[in-house]
Amino acid sequence: MIILTINGKTYQLDVDPGTPLLWVIREQLGLTGTKFGCGIAQCGACTVHLDGTPIRSCVTPAQVADGKFIRTIEGIATPEGTLHAVQQAWIDEQVPQCGYCQSGQVMAAVALLESNATPSDADIDAAMSGNVCRCGTYPRIRRGIKRAAAALGNDDSGETVNG
Amino acid sequence: MGKWTRRAFISAGVLTSGVVVFGIAIRPGNRADRVKDLIASDDESVFNVWLKISPDNTVTAIVPHADMGQGVHTTLAMMLAEELDADWDQVAVLEAPAHKEYANYALAKGYAVGDVEFPSWLVDTVDGFFLTVMKAMNMQITGGSTSIPTTGQAGMRVAGAATRAMLLEAAAKAWNVPVEELTAAKSRISHAGSGRSGAYAEFAPAAAELSLPVNPVLKNPDQFTILGTDVLRNDVPTKVDGTAQFGIDARLPGMKYATVKASPVFGATVKSFDANAIRGMPGVRRVADLGDAVAVVADGYWQAKQALDSLPIEFTETEHDAVEQSDIFRQFEADMDAATANGDEITDMAVGDAAAALAEADSVVEAEYRVPYLSHAPMEPMNCTAWLHDGICELWTGTQNPLGFAAEVANVLEMDIKNVRLHNGYLGGGFGRRAFPDYTIQAARIASEVNFPVQLIWSREEDMRHDHYRQASISRFKAALDSTGKPTAWINQYVEKHDPKEAPYIPYGIGNQYIHYAESATHVPWGFWRSVDHSLHAFFTESFIDELAFTAGQDAWRYRHDLLNHSPRFQKVLDTAAELSGWDTALPENFGRGIAIHQSFGSIVAQVVEVEISEGRAIPRRAFCAVDAGYAMHPDGMRAQMESGIIYGLTAALYSDISIRRGAVAQSNFHDYPMLRMDESPEIETAIIDSGEKIGGAGEPGTPAIAPALVNAIFNATGKRIRELPVRLHDLTDEDIESRDIV
Ligand code: FES
Ligand code: FES
Repeated sequence: MIILTINGKTYQLDVDPGTPLLWVIREQLGLTGTKFGCGIAQCGACTVHLDGTPIRSCVTPAQVADGKFIRTIEGIATPEGTLHAVQQAWIDEQVPQCGYCQSGQVMAAVALLESNATPSDADIDAAMSGNVCRCGTYPRIRRGIKRAAAALGNDDSGETVNG
Repeated sequence: MGKWTRRAFISAGVLTSGVVVFGIAIRPGNRADRVKDLIASDDESVFNVWLKISPDNTVTAIVPHADMGQGVHTTLAMMLAEELDADWDQVAVLEAPAHKEYANYALAKGYAVGDVEFPSWLVDTVDGFFLTVMKAMNMQITGGSTSIPTTGQAGMRVAGAATRAMLLEAAAKAWNVPVEELTAAKSRISHAGSGRSGAYAEFAPAAAELSLPVNPVLKNPDQFTILGTDVLRNDVPTKVDGTAQFGIDARLPGMKYATVKASPVFGATVKSFDANAIRGMPGVRRVADLGDAVAVVADGYWQAKQALDSLPIEFTETEHDAVEQSDIFRQFEADMDAATANGDEITDMAVGDAAAALAEADSVVEAEYRVPYLSHAPMEPMNCTAWLHDGICELWTGTQNPLGFAAEVANVLEMDIKNVRLHNGYLGGGFGRRAFPDYTIQAARIASEVNFPVQLIWSREEDMRHDHYRQASISRFKAALDSTGKPTAWINQYVEKHDPKEAPYIPYGIGNQYIHYAESATHVPWGFWRSVDHSLHAFFTESFIDELAFTAGQDAWRYRHDLLNHSPRFQKVLDTAAELSGWDTALPENFGRGIAIHQSFGSIVAQVVEVEISEGRAIPRRAFCAVDAGYAMHPDGMRAQMESGIIYGLTAALYSDISIRRGAVAQSNFHDYPMLRMDESPEIETAIIDSGEKIGGAGEPGTPAIAPALVNAIFNATGKRIRELPVRLHDLTDEDIESRDIV
């Protein structure tokens, strides 16, 4: 028996503890926003937060998350439905194309901004280069992160936000 | 589209809900006999565009194309709304359903799979009442690039204008005023003289009675209020909160999961497997022999994958078991040589006398280029959910060709196609891959062996190794230059031609040209890849013209410019990209700049790349793009497609290489088929030129020119001419940079 707290809800699950978290989230819990892309930690489509840290759920056994807090794309907006600043910036910059990678991109960007309120281009490169976008939305993702950083009021530190 | 006589006419009717449906038909000229059988009623028209007007005045555009992220739903709805003078805030979009009441398999097959050189339309019901259209099957060839020029121009705009005319006529009758005195705007009709005004919905039922054919007048671009603006795409909100439903997100009661392993060598079949080896593994339900693949069905994907990985499978031997990539290139060379020796070169194009011009040239330049096989690698691995119940087969997947897929499944399961229902989700990338139904057929066959719904998911490894690949190819050039360095002859031989025919043509004014090819079949399955043959020929021709400019001692931009004197349209695109890039400004050390131009799917695109050479690697730092697609219906969508095409093309040029080892694909996942990532993604600036010429595509034309622009930039930085892709095969370290002086 494994206990997972996902987006504030606690689940007791009877799963093989070695099953990657990705499949528990998608199949057992039916939260399909988190995506499968490669299965070997190469693309970031499956990114979720484990106790606030972005992880690749496709290579993270469920037992690693036992008793921990998990956040998925479904848990980023407020319970009332107000979008996270990153989600709103994604709409404003019209970031997604096919959209398949974007749950992972949003989760990586949210984690970046939670740890670094005013990321530089180099910070964005470092935080986001694990997430592949086959549709090539990188320039818009970069703009989206800067816009979200500004919206979160993180641009009052004296540093300028480019772009 | 030559075989179709396009004649638009309209049909309409009121549904019980009060919703009024208008259908615009395209009548398939000399194919009417075949189409007639498709339709149960005596109206033999095939409808390709529908729109609905609801009592609350919402206009719904029913769009016969899948949205793969190119924003086609939004753009097509804009085209309809523009001509209809609809209120954009009250416009919705619906993708046409893919099951048919009135089609039969033979016809569907003919339309979906057979005559792929022009659009094929099939019928269906909307709200279970009216015939509607199906899919544009020619997406198989050209993907998103045809939806705007064909469906949009010939369908959506005509539908909007025709419906508007009918609404105005109905209002004129209701108010008893001349129709010329009425105006329409924002889904309302007004009569200035009497001050009357009413919503479209008020007149829609009466308008639907006006079943006369109409000859609608389309607007000029200077009358547009919706087209040409940057409206927000309607699919974006669901793609930022995880709610967008892709094929892989289908969830059904009692559903199980499956995964497959096909024979690594194309063409081999399953010889034997030992199902006992995995009996008793957790969750395993069934092992299915699919002929060329084995599937394991389990309670979850992970369990199915674990079991499949432990299953000993033997495949049959084939004559291709020893084939290496080098053998394939050797075969290409031999077939090219043989074509020349035997005089059976296949001519693509011949003008003037290239051989004679070559013989009397001041100087001759020769070069040979090659490109590898490429995989599509869309982010969402192939998947399909299938469920056979109550005599029907239901499918949930993402496809560029829903009706063709349904037809293939009907054939394999020997079912009537009307009992195959395909639910198309969002596509997690298509790029041509999702025009091939292999994964859907597999899912249906697995589902036919069990009595519950099954979701088949391919591993990334399976996706990489069982794609339909962009061909590998070799292209050889000879050019004659006169004493001023101007080319007087252009001879090009290449191998492996697919589509479209004009891909190897050059825009330059060279009087003597001979372009020809040799055939050289391999066992590697071929597929439409973003921009199809343009993806290789732009690299070949725009690299070689760069070599000519260098040999002539001339600037790469101006050399092209002068050779385009006969075509101001091309010149404008070229010059716009060059000027946008600040072509004549100095670059930092270890940087280079390259340019290329290419026309594809009716759009002309020129691109400039600024590359940095760092520790032997080429990193594209900035890209500049000028595009003339006639008119950009949705400018931000056009920019997004250029950005996407550039990054897709740069990924291929820098990294992508599918190579054959012992008959099978050597690569397996993103570690050995790497992707361009954020840290190497260039800044991109796009200039849109609205020339007013015929509407061209957007989804594909951004890709072809970027590879040659990149290698030309690398040459500019290093003096090293890359004639074989991908770039990462080449050593670009400093020693090579020094060799620039002696080139
Ligand atoms: S699916 Fe987990 S990183 Fe690709
Ligand atoms: S939006 Fe398609 S993969 Fe990123």
